[in-house]
Amino acid sequence: MSHWFGKGITRKQILHTISLEIAPGEVVLLTGPSGCGKTTLLTLIGALRKVQTGNLWVFGNKVHGSSRKLRQQLRRNIGMIFQGHNLLRCLTAEQNVQMGADLLPGLSYRSRRDKAREWLHEVGLRDQSSQLPQDLSGGQKQRVAIARALAAQPKLLLADEPTAALDSVTGREVVYLLKRLALEQSCSVLMVTHDPRILDVADRVVKMEDGRLLPPFG
Amino acid sequence: MKFGPWQKRSIPLAWLLLSRQPLRLLVALAGISFAGILMFMQLGFRDGLFDASVTVHRLFDADLVLMSPRSMSSISMSGFPRRRLVQAMAHEDVVGTTPVNWNFLLWRNPETLTTRSILALGFEPSAPLFQDPELEVKAQALTNPGRVLFDELSRNEFGPIPKWFKEGRIVETELAGKRVRVAGLVRLGPSFGADGNLLTSRETFLDLLPSTPPGSIEIGLIRLRPGSDPEKIINSLRASLPSDVKVFTRQGFIDFEKNYWRTSTSIGFIFSLGAAMGFVVGCVIVYQILYSDVSDHLPEYATLLAMGYRLKTLLGVVAREGIFLALMGYVPAYLVGQALYALVRSSTKLPVVMDPSRAMLVFVLILFMCMSSALLAMRRLVDADPAEIF
Ligand SMILES: Nc1ncnc2c1ncn2[C@@H]1O[C@H](COP(=O)(O)OP(=O)(O)OP(=O)(O)O)[C@@H](O)[C@H]1O
Ligand SMILES: [Mg+2]
Repeated sequence: MSHWFGKGITRKQILHTISLEIAPGEVVLLTGPSGCGKTTLLTLIGALRKVQTGNLWVFGNKVHGSSRKLRQQLRRNIGMIFQGHNLLRCLTAEQNVQMGADLLPGLSYRSRRDKAREWLHEVGLRDQSSQLPQDLSGGQKQRVAIARALAAQPKLLLADEPTAALDSVTGREVVYLLKRLALEQSCSVLMVTHDPRILDVADRVVKMEDGRLLPPFG
Repeated sequence: MKFGPWQKRSIPLAWLLLSRQPLRLLVALAGISFAGILMFMQLGFRDGLFDASVTVHRLFDADLVLMSPRSMSSISMSGFPRRRLVQAMAHEDVVGTTPVNWNFLLWRNPETLTTRSILALGFEPSAPLFQDPELEVKAQALTNPGRVLFDELSRNEFGPIPKWFKEGRIVETELAGKRVRVAGLVRLGPSFGADGNLLTSRETFLDLLPSTPPGSIEIGLIRLRPGSDPEKIINSLRASLPSDVKVFTRQGFIDFEKNYWRTSTSIGFIFSLGAAMGFVVGCVIVYQILYSDVSDHLPEYATLLAMGYRLKTLLGVVAREGIFLALMGYVPAYLVGQALYALVRSSTKLPVVMDPSRAMLVFVLILFMCMSSALLAMRRLVDADPAEIF
């Protein structure tokens, strides 16, 4: 898969023939210098961008050449955690998590709310359920974001530097929590990180440089 | 499993977006209510004014009305020969006529001694004037010269006549420079042209206004045999009467007066323009509020798109915000409108009431205002690109 940005002479290739496969339940870490195209790759896999050349399958669905509508439906099965928490400021922690659970079809309001509560409990924020994001710490907000992503029962979780805004101890805690909960759901994880201290959570570490994947060591 | 709409509901995002920003909500509601109140007042004044111009016209006991072609409105009546009424009487379907003199005279307030112009109607006390049967009894008092029946709904500037009269005092004052005595009270109501009304006999009227030619009247009431066709009789009267008199149906007489205020003055235009201004101001305020609301939450909307929410769902959120604003803004506008109407009624005695069709019209205008603003604000939502949030 390759990707370009810009038009005409300013057109610049960002991704050069990337080839990557993630198995169900696998935790893959993606590292590399700044600007090498990690976020771009993530948005492509997350069906947030149109694929330009190459082939991309997510859960057996063709993403290349797919319609906007299909990509929107695919996104329902992909959890996303951002560098910033991107919570809805006007919703409480519990309501934010329920925005994730509300994507599940065929569940009553009550059962979706109960799910949201369970997830909040799982990430250890049972007592903060009715607080607004502005009253939560950075680590708590990121945990709400994890709960929100998992509440939609995704099969793939994409995380872009989820620990960037956190100190190293909290960052580690959050990443371990993420891994544990994802594995309980048998959900694959693709996480971009610069943080060398969390490399040990990965089943596999993929290195990237200048839009190319480096061959794995050994 | 099947669920009802209640179980299918999700987080009320539109409501929470509005209610968790109380200051912005308050500004929006104040703006919408203000626009609504402005529309209520302007439209209320306009309709009330047109209705008020015919308060007296509505009361006459007549099927057809004769008027001089030079009479343009109730405030500029011209006379025509009374003979025309006698000629009309010759028509077989005409069963009764009443000649009426109509002019404005200066009334002296017996308390403050200031003068003010009042509408005086002169008629034969024995002939029917209004549909109100009570008048027949009261009119007998007018057979004595120098007696008037005072309209107790007249504006207060004419003096505490109804109060004094009910207390049993003898109320005398000066009308057109001559002494008159109040012989009774009637209920007519002020109109836009006349702040107050009084009735008197033609004899007294001519005595008060000696310049009136004796055979001249301002309107002639014609009553028809029940079941006869007024349109047919009008046509034959128009053919037989000379051109110094015009024939109206009862409704035509009312419409002629309303039409004067509507067309010969810019009142209708001014008040409609005022209402339109309220509408525009409301649109600008709601658009500003919704647009900045969408802009402020753009990253959050993009996040929702990235989570797999449809753009349609998000457009629905903005639309619902518009509906909530319309509903919440309309209620205070309606209540304040009611209160202001009551205030206008008591201080000007104009018949300004909250009629259901106007209440509906203002609601539709407010809804349209909020929804079109929401529609414009939605264009901003298209800028929410989920690929840009990482
Ligand atoms: N919308 C865009 N238009 C044009 N160029 C872009 C756009 N987004 C990213 N780029 C370019 O693509 C390259 C890769 O960007 P990307 O965000 O994928 O890097 P990254 O590996 O995530 O870096 P970082 O570790 O700093 O987040 C950069 O050189 C950037 O300038
Ligand atoms: Mg990046």
